[in-house]
Amino acid sequence: MNFKKVLALVCAMILLVGVFAGCSKPAEEAPAQPAGQEQPTEAAKESITINGSTSVQPLAEELAKAYKAKNPNATIDIQAGGSGVGIKSAMDGVVDIGMSSRALKTEEKSLKEFKIAVDGIAVIVNPANGIENLTMEQIKKIYMGEITDWKEVGGKAGKITVVTREEGSGTRGAFIELTKLEVTENDKKVDKTTASAITQGSTGAVMTTVAGDPNAIGYASYGSAKAKTEVKMISVEGNACTEENIYAGTYKISRPFLMLTKVDPTGLGKDFLDFILSAEGQDIVASHNYLKAVK
Amino acid sequence: MKTYERIIQLVLFFCAVIAILGVLLISYFIIKEGAPIITKVGLMAFLTGKQWSPLQGIYGIYPMIIGSLLATVGALLLGVPVGIGCAVFLAELAKPRVAGIIRPGIELLAGIPSVVYGLYGLVVIVPFIRKTFQNQGFSVLAGSIILAIMILPTIINISESAIRSVPKDYKEASLSMGSSHWQAIFKVIVPAARSGIIAAVILGMGRAIGETMAVIMITGNSTLIPESILSPIRTLTGNIGIEMGYASGEHQKALFATGIVLFAFIMLLNTVANMIPKKVGE
Repeated sequence: MNFKKVLALVCAMILLVGVFAGCSKPAEEAPAQPAGQEQPTEAAKESITINGSTSVQPLAEELAKAYKAKNPNATIDIQAGGSGVGIKSAMDGVVDIGMSSRALKTEEKSLKEFKIAVDGIAVIVNPANGIENLTMEQIKKIYMGEITDWKEVGGKAGKITVVTREEGSGTRGAFIELTKLEVTENDKKVDKTTASAITQGSTGAVMTTVAGDPNAIGYASYGSAKAKTEVKMISVEGNACTEENIYAGTYKISRPFLMLTKVDPTGLGKDFLDFILSAEGQDIVASHNYLKAVK
Repeated sequence: MKTYERIIQLVLFFCAVIAILGVLLISYFIIKEGAPIITKVGLMAFLTGKQWSPLQGIYGIYPMIIGSLLATVGALLLGVPVGIGCAVFLAELAKPRVAGIIRPGIELLAGIPSVVYGLYGLVVIVPFIRKTFQNQGFSVLAGSIILAIMILPTIINISESAIRSVPKDYKEASLSMGSSHWQAIFKVIVPAARSGIIAAVILGMGRAIGETMAVIMITGNSTLIPESILSPIRTLTGNIGIEMGYASGEHQKALFATGIVLFAFIMLLNTVANMIPKKVGE
């Protein structure tokens, strides 16, 4: 009886090994075939390069992925050198499209600009908190740890629980940039967020923390915070965090995501930008919690 | 030896090799990814640096080392007395019917996913500490309480079997000398089982220091050196867990370097656990 069981086990093992071996072989052969198929259509291949804002890059990658799914012959090379590099590269014509996460200055207006999305960050507090409005300066000082009690900004006395996102998070990157928590010291960008801040790894965790602590302050992308009733979005500089104010730019913790070209785009560049601004492209924008540029 | 026996032997040997291979490959990978950062920053600067600003290229994990140690020590202070007490009760005092209720309960405790512990901590323990001490709630204390509950099964199971493996003669000899049951337990049986109990504590410690998900949810993850047990902390595991999502380039390698330090801690604990004599008594 035991022998039979053992034999069955061994057979099963051998079968399993066979299955693995079977799996690995076709996988090795697989890449060869499509490559062979692609050759005849190689003439239709087109490629563009994009460079610029590190904040826009992840979204651009997603858009490029969706675009390439429909246009397999297109090659879109996206690099993230920062908004400054994106604008300059587009002006110099060294890339086909530049990306920027700040509005263009007057001297940069010669570029053709395509607003692909708007990024708004809501500052959130507990609904029990009486504070309705903070200035940019106050928000900055709270996050630097210089203001530590709500009574210093006109609220009920209580030690402020500062809630932030982890380093590397795009939302944190945008927040510190827009609130000037990021300062340049010796040519290096330095993040001045206090080390005592509670750090959470997701938007959801930030909102849960703020919802549970009457003295907490946090931030989250407008797209994910707007529908939540357990946290309160406060006004910044007297302007409420609403879609209209974010579009208009009067709500200060917001920024446009721009794609820039030197001359009117043609070919693949035009097609890709058309795709981004199409309903499908804008749905991808919305799914990443940014506001659509085209409603 | 029959042929099928030889085949079985081969298959089992193969399984053992796979396990070892797993350890070796993971060690190799972590060290390969993390070592360059440690050499670049310098081992001492990496271990004793008080600032962690990975995007600015400043990598100091001292606050996380302190955080991990504090949370773990706190968990042991809370968990070990309860765990050993429970083990003594199960091994020496509990009626079979009572033990039949407690033991499955402890097994259940071991089976709860750590994210559920974290959620419990987030909605029960953190708000409780927040109300009691009028602070942010996320703290060493919250982490220690949850970790103490999480390491209970490890400590209870291993301590109980250590206590049970103490020969009956010891207890009988003690009782025949006129000691009470209590005296026999605490003066003879527990001391005789101490190597097993110490092993239980060390394995529990390994579990506590390696726990990630629950700790991320309840300790606050501040990169500040904690001032008290009510301060928020970030542990070594929390540092990797919370930042890995968006980390790239050197930042990611620095997280692997954090992993090396964690790995060294765990290996040290396991080595110590293995060095403890297995023999009961002296």
